[in-house]
Amino acid sequence: MMQEGLDDGPDFLSEEDRGVSFFFPFLISVLSLSSYCVLCMCVSTLPNFKQNEFSVVRQHEEFIWLHDSFVENEEYAGYIIPPAPPKPDFDASREKLQKLGEGEGSMTKEEFTKMKQELEAEYLAIFKKTVAMHEVFLCRVAAHPVLRKDLNFHVFLEYNQDLSVRGKNKKEKLEDFFKNVVKSADGVLVAGVKDVDDFFEHEKTFLLEYHNRVKDASAKSDRMIRSHKSAADDINRIASTLYTLGTQDSTDLCKFFLKVSELFEKTRKIEARVAADEDLKLADLLKYYLRESQAAKDLLYRRGRALVDYENANKALDKARAKNKDVLQAETTQQVCCQKFEKISESAKQELIDFKTRRVAAFRKNLVELAELELKHAKGNLQLLHSCLGVLKGDT
Amino acid sequence: MAEEREPPPLPGVPEPQDAEDLFVSAASAMEDAERSLSPEDISSSSNGPKAEPMLLDHDPDDLFAEATEEVSLDSPERQMILSDGPSPAITPVTINPRADVFDRSPDQDEDEEENRDTFDIQISVSDPEKVGDGMNAYMAYKVTTKTSLSIFSRDEVCVKRRFSDFLGLHSKLASKYMHIGYIVPPAPEKSIVGQRLGRRSSAVTELDPDAKACLCCRYLLRTVKQPALLKDPDVLQFLESSELPRAVSTQALSGAGILRMVNKAADAVNKMTIKMNESDAWFEEKQQQFENLDVQLRKLHASVESLVFHRKELSVNTASFAKSAAMLGNSEDHTALSRALSQLAEVEEKIDQLHQDQACADFYLISELLGDYVRLITAVKGVFDQRMKTWAKCQDAQVMLQRKREAEAKLQHANKPDKLQQAKDEIREWEGKVQQGERDFEQISKNIRREVGRFEKDRVKDFRVVIIKYLESLVHTQQQLIKYWEAFLPEAKAIA
Repeated sequence: MMQEGLDDGPDFLSEEDRGVSFFFPFLISVLSLSSYCVLCMCVSTLPNFKQNEFSVVRQHEEFIWLHDSFVENEEYAGYIIPPAPPKPDFDASREKLQKLGEGEGSMTKEEFTKMKQELEAEYLAIFKKTVAMHEVFLCRVAAHPVLRKDLNFHVFLEYNQDLSVRGKNKKEKLEDFFKNVVKSADGVLVAGVKDVDDFFEHEKTFLLEYHNRVKDASAKSDRMIRSHKSAADDINRIASTLYTLGTQDSTDLCKFFLKVSELFEKTRKIEARVAADEDLKLADLLKYYLRESQAAKDLLYRRGRALVDYENANKALDKARAKNKDVLQAETTQQVCCQKFEKISESAKQELIDFKTRRVAAFRKNLVELAELELKHAKGNLQLLHSCLGVLKGDT
Repeated sequence: MAEEREPPPLPGVPEPQDAEDLFVSAASAMEDAERSLSPEDISSSSNGPKAEPMLLDHDPDDLFAEATEEVSLDSPERQMILSDGPSPAITPVTINPRADVFDRSPDQDEDEEENRDTFDIQISVSDPEKVGDGMNAYMAYKVTTKTSLSIFSRDEVCVKRRFSDFLGLHSKLASKYMHIGYIVPPAPEKSIVGQRLGRRSSAVTELDPDAKACLCCRYLLRTVKQPALLKDPDVLQFLESSELPRAVSTQALSGAGILRMVNKAADAVNKMTIKMNESDAWFEEKQQQFENLDVQLRKLHASVESLVFHRKELSVNTASFAKSAAMLGNSEDHTALSRALSQLAEVEEKIDQLHQDQACADFYLISELLGDYVRLITAVKGVFDQRMKTWAKCQDAQVMLQRKREAEAKLQHANKPDKLQQAKDEIREWEGKVQQGERDFEQISKNIRREVGRFEKDRVKDFRVVIIKYLESLVHTQQQLIKYWEAFLPEAKAIA
């Protein structure tokens, strides 16, 4: 994925020719808007598109609409639907900016500008990340041999007016909620049915355990990275205080303090970078696979549902044959269920195998990059420390 | 003895007049010190010299039991002996009258200070152990002193002290030296008041025994670094004698404790009412500098404590992430990825240990140093306050003198001869007091200048050493990080 200004975007897809590439060159963001708009530019070499290059502006709700349309489409029951991008969450950042504004009087001008710059950088980082998530979603759809042909997808990309998709109102949200409750109860029932097919049985147990553990690892990595950021913030404060001490001190220590303050400023930037990279390569990876494994679980659920339906249809057919009533109808129902089930099973198998391949590749890429970045930063840090120590020791 | 600082010498204490040769062996000096501090004499409530004469009957082994002289540990010759280093010189000493003690010339002090570089004393406080049980349980620390200085009786001494002993020593030293302008290192604190996470309330946390031991050790080292305090018999007794009477007055709820609190309150009120005409710009400048330093050091201390807290938190979170990653690796069914994830878990575990070590370094190196200096600066400010008090006393004396003179003039007009004589006597008395007050003020100013110079020198040295050590610890951490990630990288690349 090529993007200017998004070099550190997450990349959870293996590199294959998707035939569609996306650009997100402009980040439109206004803090005061409750939702935000993303400019999607799309370059495509697929035949079904009317032009080669086009761009539209889409909102987050429209991405969700597209995702939901896939989920609700029975045709796609046998595929892992790429997980929807997470809702952009700028609340934390906005809160911090507000607090900073309130506390403006209590700190020096330099401190204030410094913190403001940092907050703005943080906000930008979150924004970039959110945009990248949306991009990943679209790329996954584009990479899927069947989904990329979906009509809604084309409309989404090409229709250059507002899709008039509104967010779900309260009634619909309530409906969704109940649907989810029913679904999870049903899911438990369905999961209880033992599968004849070894492959699926194994996948079921595997996915269940994997999903839970990824959830745990994702939460723990988030906590770890938060502590890391707090420590970096502390070093920032220490650096400013040392600077003040250096300017005030009348003894030889003043040069000392100033040098150390400078060092801490630089190491703090590196530490913050380490935390950010860990966030990108590790935490985001885990979060993404949390959502993907959920999508895979959903697929298994749909298959399980189809299996139960098929078995029920068989039982109904037997009953109908026994009573010799509505046999034809029962037969048709049974045929339909059988076809549905087999179709899902076939594609599901391939999907799950692909999922594993994708997962392994993504983990490999991210872990390698994580290690390389950690090394780069540690070496940078070390060099700064060495040079500072050299100067300080030389002074004495 | 050495602790007496207020002239004129009180009656009842034998003055060292004799110029008789005394072999100044370290043993005798120590025994003198021990003799002079017999148990009944140790009362921190009394500031001045003891009322009763020295009892020399305690030590039957003392060859010099007949000698009634008190050896002044502050005699100039002894200073030279001390600075000579290892071997205790056996030189005839002429004992000076005690009045000289107070007027030690600053030149000699400077000589002595140069020789500080051959300062040879090591103190360690270790092995905190619980003694007794129930309500009366306390922690006893082993204080080991290794030295080759002559004023100590042995090269290596090991004694057991409890925390209140340290506090008792401090209160004794403070009462003896603070009001003449010496910066007495502040007492180690039982618990620390720290600000956590920017919460406005400060949490009082009880220090763990090892941290306390470090604190006490640093306190003792600072105390002996000061030339005057090193020779103080209280300090020597603290370091050497195996039994030390309990310093009960350091308990917060004792009578002396309450008296202290009342005095502190009175002092605070006085400080607000005394407006000093600062004639010396140096003092004004220094006071301002110390104010600024205080503010910044406190801020820095708070930030460092926050850093320590977050690093400890990071260490804990990294450990839990490591466990989680290991579990994930277990459930992953692709073998190479599974192995890589387990490796990641191992790396994170090692890193968590690194973070913990770094947090310890943060704490023991920087945080403790800053805490010490915050307290030291409070002591320095206290000394400046003492100078103000002395000035105020001097002013009061002058006012009194003026009044007495006016009274005398009035009496002269009223022509009452008998009262006139009394008035004249009083005037003479107050003239003497004014002179003494001015002398005191000058002396304390001189002392403070010297002390502040010494303090600044020490401060520069301390900070330099600690900061360099701290940076080296950071270097070590980064080097370890590099090692761990370099080991992990091939594993990650090996995922097929």
